[in-house]
Order: sequence, then structure tokens, then C-alpha cells
Amino acid sequence: MTVGNGYAKAARETPGGAEYSRLIGFYTLFRKEWLRFWKVSVQTILAPVVTALLFLLVFSHTLRDHVEPFPGVSYSAFLVPGLAMMSVLQNAFANSSSSLMQSKMTGNIIFVLLPPLSHREFYLAYLLAAVARGLVVGAGVFVATVWFVDLEFAHPGWALAFAVAGSGIMGALGIIAGIYSDKVDELAAFQNFIILPLTFLSGVFYSIHSLPAFWQGLSHLNPIFYMIDGFRYGFFGHADVSPFTSLAIVGLSFLALSWLTLWLLKSGYKLRH
Amino acid sequence: MIPAIEVERVSKHYGALKALSDVELAITPGEFFGLLGPNGAGKTTLISILAGLTLASSGRARVMGHDVRAEYRDARRALGVVPQELVFDPFFTVRETLSFQAGYFGIRGSRAWIDEVMHHLDLTDKADTNMRALSGGMKRRVLVAQALVHKPPVIVLDEPTAGVDVELRQALWRFIRSLNRDGHTIVLTTHYLEEAEALCGRIAMLKDGKIVALDTTHNLLRMHSGCYVELRVEPDRLPERIAGGVVERRANGAYRLALHDYGELELLMRALREAGMRVQEIEVMQPDLEEVFVQIMQKS
Repeated sequence: MTVGNGYAKAARETPGGAEYSRLIGFYTLFRKEWLRFWKVSVQTILAPVVTALLFLLVFSHTLRDHVEPFPGVSYSAFLVPGLAMMSVLQNAFANSSSSLMQSKMTGNIIFVLLPPLSHREFYLAYLLAAVARGLVVGAGVFVATVWFVDLEFAHPGWALAFAVAGSGIMGALGIIAGIYSDKVDELAAFQNFIILPLTFLSGVFYSIHSLPAFWQGLSHLNPIFYMIDGFRYGFFGHADVSPFTSLAIVGLSFLALSWLTLWLLKSGYKLRH
Repeated sequence: MIPAIEVERVSKHYGALKALSDVELAITPGEFFGLLGPNGAGKTTLISILAGLTLASSGRARVMGHDVRAEYRDARRALGVVPQELVFDPFFTVRETLSFQAGYFGIRGSRAWIDEVMHHLDLTDKADTNMRALSGGMKRRVLVAQALVHKPPVIVLDEPTAGVDVELRQALWRFIRSLNRDGHTIVLTTHYLEEAEALCGRIAMLKDGKIVALDTTHNLLRMHSGCYVELRVEPDRLPERIAGGVVERRANGAYRLALHDYGELELLMRALREAGMRVQEIEVMQPDLEEVFVQIMQKS
């Protein structure tokens, strides 16, 4: 009753004639996580899009005549990619963290712990669902804002790479937060005291060149700054830091967080007591 | 024959607390096995170790010969667990819930079997109902269905009838019995000892993380010799030498006396005759599992 190593070899007959396949286990968990946010899309997609629109309305109305972050780029145009990326990141984090947290609190986490899913399959399913929600919300922000602002797409490939890598990082962080938190309070602290300040102070609303030297230096320690800056490069072909440097930092951060998340899942920390 | 469940010197510590201490157990395929014990005895911890929800501090556990850690995929495929708590995912319908559960186990094309399980558990009408809208009893049925969607040879039921009405309880036992007849190994934990007595062929009793009794239900009942006599007498006042043996005065006015063996019955009758008393009603009863359970827990 052994199972082959590869997915292609893993399929086999069940006593009832249906087929076993490891890929089905992973895919089902991903699909369940996708449907979990899709079924409540007013709360998980529409609400963050409206929030981003309100930010755009308030900030661009207040600052558009006073700030020109990049030469020839209006403040409103500058703001839209920042807001989109902020929405991508926050929603990717919210998806994996809230799903795990709610499952732990209600006890239905047992349904994904009892099946023969490996820690890698578990990780990938939650991560991809988080990335998917981040990208759907990000696309929603663009669809909603594109009517008000003239945007250019200098390097769409760079924008997509940073959106995927950034939401991957936040999805992994969300898994860690969901595993670690036993109470809503703990998750809220994670969100309000770590994720929110890091995203707000990452250059979403400003170019870091407008900051004093000390704060500029401090911003370089914030990994989210590189995600936002690299993403913006995809639009304007202009960034505070080289996109290659940003991509390297974002990529390394993603690998480190993935390793940590996989290690936590494999050890069963706070999941398999 | 490979045991359906094999537990070798399994211990589980939570800091200084010993939830399980060197538990040894083997359950053969096709058994209907009872795992009994007071709250905190370690029943759920043992089940959780078998299911991979808890990692043992030491020792080994196998399901159908597969180590629950080293061969977790095969071990988990062989096990279906009905959890104690009424847990559910509020985002989904009954059919979605069951379809996801089959999918997590890597099963493709399970619709026909899911329909059959829903039919057996009287869930067909509720297939497209959201889990939130179900009554407690219906949610319990879905939990049973979820444990069966991957056709496991071993099914563990952790207090499945807690808070369940009589009708559902009976329906549930009919279904579980039929699964056992079909060859499934059933492991049951329950606080309803009359259920365990009626259903289980063999029983293990746990106390403070240790197995304090392990035998067939028949042997456990026989091992603890003695019987009870319930009688009503005229006049309604027992002689002093007998009154010391009364363990309970029943609501119908009958006296309940504990006897060490049937030989004492003759002594009792003689004492009543000598006291000039007339027996109006008498009933001799075997101890039930509840009494055996209490005796074992008190002794150990």
C-alpha cells in the first residue's frame, strides 16, 4: 500500500473505484480557500477596493497640487500603484491569517489536519489562495481607479513579478500569524502593530526621497518598501531603488519566510499539539 | 494478521502533566472496540495521536500497520475520525463539505459514494443546505459522513452521541453496526456505558493516562462477580442484619441490596423468613458495565 513519489505516479484505485491522487488533495484545499473568500466577495474584494478609492479621493484631492513625486508623474498617478500594491499585500495577509485563525478558533481546522496532506501541500494551498486574493483585489483597485487617473505601464512584467512575490511574502506571513495566534487579539496585534505600520511607512503615499536622510535610511530596512517601489517601477520605469535590488531583497525575503513557514508546519507548531 | 490499531508504549506529556503513560493496545480488524474512562483519562489524547492531531512524546502508533508519523499518508487514509466537538465550516453546504473532505484525501470521482453516504445518514434533503442552517443532530450526521467519505477501514467515534436525541442515536448505531458488519473496525469512546456494553466486543478502560482494564465486555462483566437484588417486603421494614446491605432505596419503595455471590441469596431469604417477612416482589440483577466501570475506577 505504498504510494509513488511523483504526483503522476501517486494516483491509485480506492476500494470504491474512485482514484487517489496527491494533487487532488492540494488542489481541493486551494479551491476551498479560494471559495472561502470568493463567497463573501463583498467583504473580501469590494470593501478593500472601496477603501483604496477613498484613499485616492482624499489624498489626491489634498496633495495633487503640492507634490510631484517623479518628474512628469502626477501625484494621483503615483498614488494608484501604491494603493493597489498596498491592497494586494494587506489582503494576501488577511486571507491566510484569518482563514487559519478562524479554523483554529471554530475547531474546523481538524478537517484539514486529519487528511494525508503534507506540510508542503498545506503551505502551497494557503499561499496560492492568499496570492490569488491579493491579485484579485489589486486588479479590482485598478479597474476602479483607471477611470480617474491616466496610468502608463512601462514594464508590466516587473509589476506582475512584484505583485506575485509581494503577495507571496504576505501570504506566508499570514500563515505564520494564523498559526501563532490563539486569539483574535493576537492576530489583530500582528495586523495593527506590524503589517499596517510597515505598509503605511513603505512609500505608498510618498517617494522616500522626500523624507529626511534618517527616515530614508530606516525605510530601506522595511521589506515592503522594496515591494511597493519595484511594483511602481513597472508603471513609470522610475523607482527609488534599482528594481533588480528590490527583486533580490523581495525574493530572498520570500525564500526565508517560506522556509520558516514550512518548518513551523512540519513541526506541527500550535497545530498538532 | 496486521492489527487495525497498534499502540506501543505511547506516552504523552504536556510539561509536568502526563496525559498518557506507556499505553499498549492492539485492536484486531473488524472489532467493535470501546475506549472508556472518566474525563481527562486520556481517551481523546490517544485518539488524537492515532489521527496525527497530536504527536506522542514517546512510543509508536500504527493504523493498519502504517506508522502514524513515518507513513502518515497511508495511516490517515486508513482512519476516519468523528470528532467530539460539533465543528463545521460555516461557508459551505453539506455537499461541498463532503466533497472537500473526499478531495483532501486525494479522492477524485467520489460523487456517487457521497450520495450513498448522505442517503444512509438521511442527509440527502439537506445536501444543498448551508452547514450553519443545520440542527445539532444534522451537523453530527455530517461529521459522521465526513469520516466516511474516504472509505476508511478503521473508524473512530469520539463520543458521537453526546447531546444527540434518541431517534438519531438509534439510527446512528444501526448505521455504525452495519459498517462493522461490513468489516470496518470501530473504536468508540462514550460516557453512555449502556451503549458501550451493548455494542462493544472488547473494552479498554483508561484512568489518569493508563489502561486499567482491557478485556472482552463479557469477561469484564463476569470478572466482577456479585449481583444485586431488588425486593419489596411486607411489612416494609428490613431486619437490622439485612438493612446494612442496602445500597439504595428505589423510588417504587423497593430495597436494593448488593450481594457478593448467588450463595448469599439463600442467606437473605432465610433471614427474611426468620424475621416473619413476606416477599412481595423480588428481582435479581447482574451488575452492568456502569457498576463494573465504577468498581474498576475506584480500585485503580
